[in-house]
Amino acid sequence: MSAREAAAAGETGPLLRLEGICKRFVKRLDLAERLAARLGADVKEEVVHAVEDVDLAIEPGEVVGLVGESGCGKSTLGRVVAGIHAASAGRMTYRGKDITDAAGAEAKKSALKIQMIFQDPFASLNPRLKVAEIVGEAPLVHGIVPRAQLAGYVDEVLESVGLDPAYRRRYPHQFSGGQRQRIGIARALAVRPDFLVCDESVAALDVSIQAQVLNLFMDLRERLDLTYLFISHDLGVVEHLSDRVAIMYLGRLVEVAPTAALFAEGANHPYAQALLAEVPRIDSRRRVFKPVEGEIPSPLDPPPGCAFHPRCPHAFARCRAERPLLREVAPGRWSACHLNDQA
Amino acid sequence: MARVEVPLLRVEQLQTHFLTQAGVARAVDGVTFEVAPGEVLGLVGESGSGKSVTGFSILGLVDEPGRIVGGRVLFEGENLVAAGEARLRQLRGNRIAMIFQDPMMTLNPVLRIDTQMIEAVRAHRRVDRAEARRRARDALGRVGIPAPEERLSAYPHQFSGGMRQRVAIAIALLNEPRVIIADEPTTALDVTIQAQILYEMQKLCGETGTALIWITHDLAVVSGLADRVCVMYAGRIVESGPVDAVLDRPLHPYTAGLIGSVPSRNRRGARLAQIPGMTPSLFALPSGCAFRARCPNAGEDCAREAPPESVPEVGRTLRCYHPWQAERAS
Repeated sequence: MSAREAAAAGETGPLLRLEGICKRFVKRLDLAERLAARLGADVKEEVVHAVEDVDLAIEPGEVVGLVGESGCGKSTLGRVVAGIHAASAGRMTYRGKDITDAAGAEAKKSALKIQMIFQDPFASLNPRLKVAEIVGEAPLVHGIVPRAQLAGYVDEVLESVGLDPAYRRRYPHQFSGGQRQRIGIARALAVRPDFLVCDESVAALDVSIQAQVLNLFMDLRERLDLTYLFISHDLGVVEHLSDRVAIMYLGRLVEVAPTAALFAEGANHPYAQALLAEVPRIDSRRRVFKPVEGEIPSPLDPPPGCAFHPRCPHAFARCRAERPLLREVAPGRWSACHLNDQA
Repeated sequence: MARVEVPLLRVEQLQTHFLTQAGVARAVDGVTFEVAPGEVLGLVGESGSGKSVTGFSILGLVDEPGRIVGGRVLFEGENLVAAGEARLRQLRGNRIAMIFQDPMMTLNPVLRIDTQMIEAVRAHRRVDRAEARRRARDALGRVGIPAPEERLSAYPHQFSGGMRQRVAIAIALLNEPRVIIADEPTTALDVTIQAQILYEMQKLCGETGTALIWITHDLAVVSGLADRVCVMYAGRIVESGPVDAVLDRPLHPYTAGLIGSVPSRNRRGARLAQIPGMTPSLFALPSGCAFRARCPNAGEDCAREAPPESVPEVGRTLRCYHPWQAERAS
């Protein structure tokens, strides 16, 4: 069922809802370390808090841009949404159904509806398979298309992403970066998803090719009623494509806002402000770069209180002690900053 | 902007070809540009345009099967193409320094930072170790590394990516070079770290009069940093000039296409003006203008002969028979 049909059928509410999603990676102690710990040595399990307590609702047909710097957890969150990682805590609902711990046929169904497109078109395609096999494997396995009609179906999917079906017998190494990314998109579309998680899907491409792929994403959204979670470090790309932007810092969402409002009125959270200010833009000439100090702290040992306080120019005592929650600061705009309490 | 009569570095009709079994790849084919002291020149192009090979050629760092087959590189009047390896070693890291995309290309992973930096100073200066160490510490301080004295005795893996790139830049600055060639030094870095490094570079060039050649695919970085820009396509500079002129009134259809491809303000959700097709293989360049197969303005004359370099305005160059004439909607 497409997003529009769903809306017409009276199914309301978000397509995908994340509630308190956490993802922690734990490095377990090996035997020697466990013994050492028992003897009183200072060894502990290392826990990376990659994603912490993320709430996000994505409406049918919406494009949500997820922005942040490396190590902020945006890719991990994307992988949790796509079902590649299981969440450590929290609840994920798809069309109102809880899919966090779904098993069997139910889990398979939702997993097929949410597909992922990866960053590196060189690493994400099996070099030993022909294009027709890469694109055709999943729909065949999942019984979406009978074997007799597979060839025609693959051609159709290839055409929909702007690839000549005559290339179906070629291997991935015979394609350029932009064409490979199209193959990756075709593979995702072949199982007829409603929701695409795009993880830095245009970052590895040259500018002119990037524009072609961005245009393709927009065409597909129109044609197939797709909903996107578009993960990128490039604010320019996100601004261009998204309806809403979610900004992440050290595993948490610090600001969520409609794109137009965010870029017109400016960001609310100091980190988001800094990020927006530092994006190089083609229309700003010989500007003076005025960077924020310091670097992202390690997610192994996040600072107490607000994770941004060591770099924040406005930090005060409360920021060091108490973690700010994501709160609605204006209609549709959410921010996690104590400054909003200070009138 | 600093502009003097004698350019600090002048590249003239440089040709670097790769002689392979599959044929000759003309990676750099007749590139001419110059930089003045204190000037920031942006060298822009997509993958395979020859922008990095141009940078490597200036320092004689092209490996087999690549070879400089023509042209001159004049540094303070001296032709580096004709210079021997010994002379180039004197200049590299001393008068002309290079910063690479991956800082681990500059840093030796098994040596401490101080060992590497002291070596770089003493290779070119007759100073004792204490003095060399002092210079190393000052250089680290200048690129904004906190606690430079302690960080000197760290190994490269103990630094984050952004810090490592700062160390690489500090090493480039050690001997106060006249020219720095920076090959996509911020491409792998995050936005806030990139801004920090652009800030340091901008400050240093302003203070010391060092000329900077900034090689990148990112027009937005060039627009924020550079004084002049050269746009490369398939081994040639297709357009060059002051940043404002080139980015606001591009003349070459390729430049116009590149600018249209960048998502920017006021065009949110609209289709991006994409350039059709892709960069041609250097082994199979079309006759005439290399861009004509992707060019909306191409005519029959474009196939006959590659367009020669013309000077459409003072300070600008162009290789095109049918320049872009779109009025930029304001």
